[in-house]
Amino acid sequence: MNPADYQLVIIGGGPAGLTAGIYAARARLKAVLLENGAVAGQVLTTDWVDNYPGFPDGISGFELIDRMTAQAARFGLETRQAQVTGLDIALPIKKVHLESGETITSRALIIATGARPNQLGVPGEKELTGKGVSYCATCDGPFYRDQEIAVVGGGDTAVQEAEHLTKFASRVTVVHRRAQLRATQIIQEKAFANPKIHFLWNTQVKGIEGTAGVQRLHLQTNDGQEGSLAVTGVFVLIGTTPNNDFLPLEQLGSDKHGFVLTDGEMRTKIPGIMAAGDIRSKNVRQIVNGAGEGAVAVLAAVDYLNDFE
Amino acid sequence: MAGEKVIHLTDAEFGKKVLEAAIPTLLDFWAPWCGPCRAIGPVIEELAEEFAGKVQIAKMNVDENPATPGKYAVRAIPTLILFKNGQVLEQITGAVGKAQLSAMINKAL
Repeated sequence: MNPADYQLVIIGGGPAGLTAGIYAARARLKAVLLENGAVAGQVLTTDWVDNYPGFPDGISGFELIDRMTAQAARFGLETRQAQVTGLDIALPIKKVHLESGETITSRALIIATGARPNQLGVPGEKELTGKGVSYCATCDGPFYRDQEIAVVGGGDTAVQEAEHLTKFASRVTVVHRRAQLRATQIIQEKAFANPKIHFLWNTQVKGIEGTAGVQRLHLQTNDGQEGSLAVTGVFVLIGTTPNNDFLPLEQLGSDKHGFVLTDGEMRTKIPGIMAAGDIRSKNVRQIVNGAGEGAVAVLAAVDYLNDFE
Repeated sequence: MAGEKVIHLTDAEFGKKVLEAAIPTLLDFWAPWCGPCRAIGPVIEELAEEFAGKVQIAKMNVDENPATPGKYAVRAIPTLILFKNGQVLEQITGAVGKAQLSAMINKAL
């Protein structure tokens, strides 16, 4: 008598989606987690996670994800490698369209598709991506042994990864458009104490130049002075863009940047559809609140399903 | 079993097994310390199943094999290069979805 394939479909395999999966499996919901391989969470690109509770010595980003995945598997969560191409959410039974052509149906959905790194949007960036322009310090740091490189940004990710990059590079210049960092104090203190890290304040990157690979950055200070910085690599770590390509944002509700709006219980304005993690419109994007939101979203889903059934 | 169809290549084998190969090759440059590389691993294995006999799907560990990534100026991973008749047909950097990779591979057929 069950008209839907699932009670709950979770889209996304990062900390929010996996935590939702753990809670859904323990609630004995008929649930599936869909992940597309490519976006298993920004945490995968994090070298070392020092602020997730319960790991006093820290843990690598991918080991944390591995452990969350194993924990979800222990409670029997069904997971599938699948790319979602669209959602039909007009009716109470929601349809999830997959890239394989298949459609699965569910009463409730949790959207945990996360976010991806922003690009600078300057000349040379696209052409030199993978040839010196990088968005992942853990992935690409080892290619810059004994070289001079730059990091663009001033938040936690930028400053922490600048620190990580000093394990390889001889000099790391942090280019930041403001006069001070936004990064957490303890991360700032480590960076300021590191002799390999230098800062260019009030400065923006206007272009990335090079033929076979990155050779220099074209810079401009906020008061209009132009300059250049010779580097072989530049790591762009300036915040994130929501992974919302297939989401019906006008129905779900989103902020002006395309992040999904929810209430405190993670509910979107469509009954039965929750959002959790970096895809949500919010100020703080940390692993710990992403995971917490995954749990809250499942409890909202359970409430919704109880009313439904 | 998934995964058995993915070929693991070394620098020494690259010329014979890729450049001189009769069929196109998608080569995934990866390393064990790269989270996104691990994340796309299952996708690479599925592609190897689906394109078996038509396109070789191969992986090369850049830690153990520095020469080939050097030759193709690979400075970010995962980087996936599609080779046909000894030439680079297309190159993609970063963890991308299966649909995008399938579309790329189909260009070599």
